[in-house]
Amino acid sequence: MKGSVTAKLLPQTRFGGPIPWVIAILIALVVIAAAGGLSLRNLAENARADLSDAVTVQIVEADENARNAQAEAAAEALGNSRLVTSVRVVPEAELEQLLAPWLGESAVSEDVPIPALIDVELTREANAQEIAQLQTALDEALEPLGGSARIDAQSEWLRPVYDALAALQYLALALIALVSFATAAAVWLAARSAFANHRDTVEIIHLLGGTDRQVTRVFQRSVVRDAAFGAFVGLILGLAAVWLLGQQFAALDSGMVGGGGLDVVDWAVIGAVPVAGVLLALITGRITIGLALKSML
Amino acid sequence: MNERPPEIVKFDNVGLRYGTDPEVLSDLSFTLFPGSFYFLTGASGAGKTSLLKLLYLAQRPSRGSIRMFGKDMITLPRQKLPDFRRRLGVVFQNFRLVPHLSAFDNVALPLRLAGTDEAKVVKAVSDMLEWVGLSHRAQAGPATMSGGEQQRVAIARAVIARPQMLIADEPTGNVDPDMALKLLRLFEALNNRVGTTVIVATHDVHLLKKVPESLIMRLHKGRLSDPTGALRYPPQPKSRPAPRKGAA
Repeated sequence: MKGSVTAKLLPQTRFGGPIPWVIAILIALVVIAAAGGLSLRNLAENARADLSDAVTVQIVEADENARNAQAEAAAEALGNSRLVTSVRVVPEAELEQLLAPWLGESAVSEDVPIPALIDVELTREANAQEIAQLQTALDEALEPLGGSARIDAQSEWLRPVYDALAALQYLALALIALVSFATAAAVWLAARSAFANHRDTVEIIHLLGGTDRQVTRVFQRSVVRDAAFGAFVGLILGLAAVWLLGQQFAALDSGMVGGGGLDVVDWAVIGAVPVAGVLLALITGRITIGLALKSML
Repeated sequence: MNERPPEIVKFDNVGLRYGTDPEVLSDLSFTLFPGSFYFLTGASGAGKTSLLKLLYLAQRPSRGSIRMFGKDMITLPRQKLPDFRRRLGVVFQNFRLVPHLSAFDNVALPLRLAGTDEAKVVKAVSDMLEWVGLSHRAQAGPATMSGGEQQRVAIARAVIARPQMLIADEPTGNVDPDMALKLLRLFEALNNRVGTTVIVATHDVHLLKKVPESLIMRLHKGRLSDPTGALRYPPQPKSRPAPRKGAA
């Protein structure tokens, strides 16, 4: 039976029913959740890549000359380690600039001693034992100068942030699963309702020799049409929301948030959401109509 | 002695009840042969429509066995039913036209469901609509047609695919006497020229006289009587010998 003829067996609703719009909302939610989840994943990966193979050395010494001498000794000791690729003593001016938002003018005054900071890049993420070895090397280098230093593995103090980001990603996945389930349920209800409304037509088609496959195709066409329309509208709504959120986060001008940008593959995944939605509707519709047909002779 | 042709329908001790209600059809045992013309008569509520539903495979019996076209319809898997339904033409009592389709598309439906080439569909449907006098109403929807027009569309749909068996439930109930006679002649032509087995349910006794070679089956309170010997083999029509051998 030709497609155009099949299509005419059910009245055309011109998207007047609620289902296309329900699907549009659900797809928009999935697009937002998927974009959020992917963005969080990128953000976490970028942050981990930046910080996991780095440590910060902090030297707390009130006397500026002694502090500078200890910083130089510490930098030299660190440079001798095979685990270290680069060592940078953070200039005082840069430290003052970093602290200015919190300390105000006190940051540049001599009243508040600012510890010396050394950024250390490692060849890879160091384990606890290797950090302890670095700490020992520092202690040995600073002992003659009567000073001490503390190593902060940046990945350690960011672990709660990573955990929170991971939890948000799981939340996004759970939201996607729930909304997918809701989409399938909406299609199931719509297909059942359409089948009930057109049961007489189905009986006629059957009695005239129509097969279950032909009947299923009639409803499937209607379901796919509604789902495709809803998925397209949902994609547009979702992308608009993602763009708006992106603008808002970009305005924060934060280095960490900047790592949450989406790449081409991410956009491809988001673009696949409506396609997956239509496929889900197609499969759900087919199963629903198939089960309904089995109750008929 | 007449050679016994293969029966097209064989009912054996068939009963039908809806739900837990009493049986509407009881102990039906009869045989229909290819190429015969049967009238099914009986008062309203006698069970004519229920019997026709069994014949056009819209209903399974509560008990007994039904064989059609040499196959057991009771054990036949439902996915194989369409093959058998395509051998039937049915005129339903309430027409049962697809409400969203035009007269043309309703008549074309059996051919399209069977996968007939669209050019052949257009030609066959146009000819059929012309024959039933509805060419000018080809694009009209059922809702805009009179009862008589709908009935003619239903009949055109039933015969368009040249079925092996035509089952008609009160097919002349809504048409004028001239059209009723014309439709009966169409059924006769199908019966005589194509060998279609015709079963017409009617409570109009005058109609029976219009087809003298017809055989009569009478239903009374769900049970079948056989006033003309229609159910026996060989059938004993008033003016026609046994059906042609291999007519179907």
